[in-house]
Amino acid sequence: MHELSATESILRIVNEEAAKHNVSKVTKIKIKMGVLSDLLPECINYYFEIISKNTVSKDAVIEIEKLPLKIKCNSCNAVSNIGIKHFRCPVCNSQDLKIIGGNEFYIDSMEVE
Amino acid sequence: MEIKIVRQVLEWNEDCNEELKALFKKKKVFVLNVMGSPGAGKTSLITKMIESMKDKYSIAVIEADIEGKIDAEKINSMGIPVVQLHTGGACHIEAMSIKNIVPEFDLNKIDVMIIENIGNLVCPAEFKIGEDIRIVVLSVPEGDDKVEKYPLMFSTSECLVVNKYDMLKYFDFKYDRVASDAKEINPKINIFPVSSSNGDGVDEFVKWLESEIDKKYKS
Repeated sequence: MHELSATESILRIVNEEAAKHNVSKVTKIKIKMGVLSDLLPECINYYFEIISKNTVSKDAVIEIEKLPLKIKCNSCNAVSNIGIKHFRCPVCNSQDLKIIGGNEFYIDSMEVE
Repeated sequence: MEIKIVRQVLEWNEDCNEELKALFKKKKVFVLNVMGSPGAGKTSLITKMIESMKDKYSIAVIEADIEGKIDAEKINSMGIPVVQLHTGGACHIEAMSIKNIVPEFDLNKIDVMIIENIGNLVCPAEFKIGEDIRIVVLSVPEGDDKVEKYPLMFSTSECLVVNKYDMLKYFDFKYDRVASDAKEINPKINIFPVSSSNGDGVDEFVKWLESEIDKKYKS
């Protein structure tokens, strides 16, 4: 539901960057999103199509790459990718973990003509 | 041609959240973000919190609702400064909404600010609003599968209040399942069974809350 405000932000940032680089057409927007984000890529695409009309990004395709939940174990120092429902170190089974990846939600780059 | 950007999509909210945190810290206001489904009993819990904390702290409330002002009126009748925030259909509040509404209060006179978020177990979890502590309220009639279904909300909260605990005998609700699911995704979460209608469990919850507040501002 809150994808609209996120999509508006994507459009604003991309158009700002396009203006900065004197770009007349954005063809692709590459986004990285951690698995801890509940945002739906389909909704973002849907909203983007509507709100990007009349901007340099109107034909841009949004590509979202999902990043895994990554932890560093405070007990054994191992760094691992884990599933959100099993919040344990796969090496030593400790629950004393620091999340070091999985919260991301950023625009990595854009392809332009 | 590819242009590297690397900018946070929610950057405006992150920046605004940091700004609010600094402001609240300067004014020594402890901020609670109360979240949960519609009907989980957020407002009833808040009224109980006010009753047991108001002699010790000066409390203010921000009531976020999509429409209406019933909750705000209920709290205002207790003599607590309250401002109603209408989101006009939006499913969550953002830091900017709090920033815009904060000038309505005299922060010098407030120790604890309670923000009641929009009734929703999904969206509010994504947006920090300058809070010190997140409290998620889950009520017994909602079912014991909610932690598993909405992990983000429970993994980002410091406290889980299992409300309407007096109804346990009428529902097939396994408290142990909720507690173990929550601890599995968030080992540091503090869990309190509470009945905000008869007041059971409120003391223990408030005692914990007060220790968190005092840890930050009275030590």
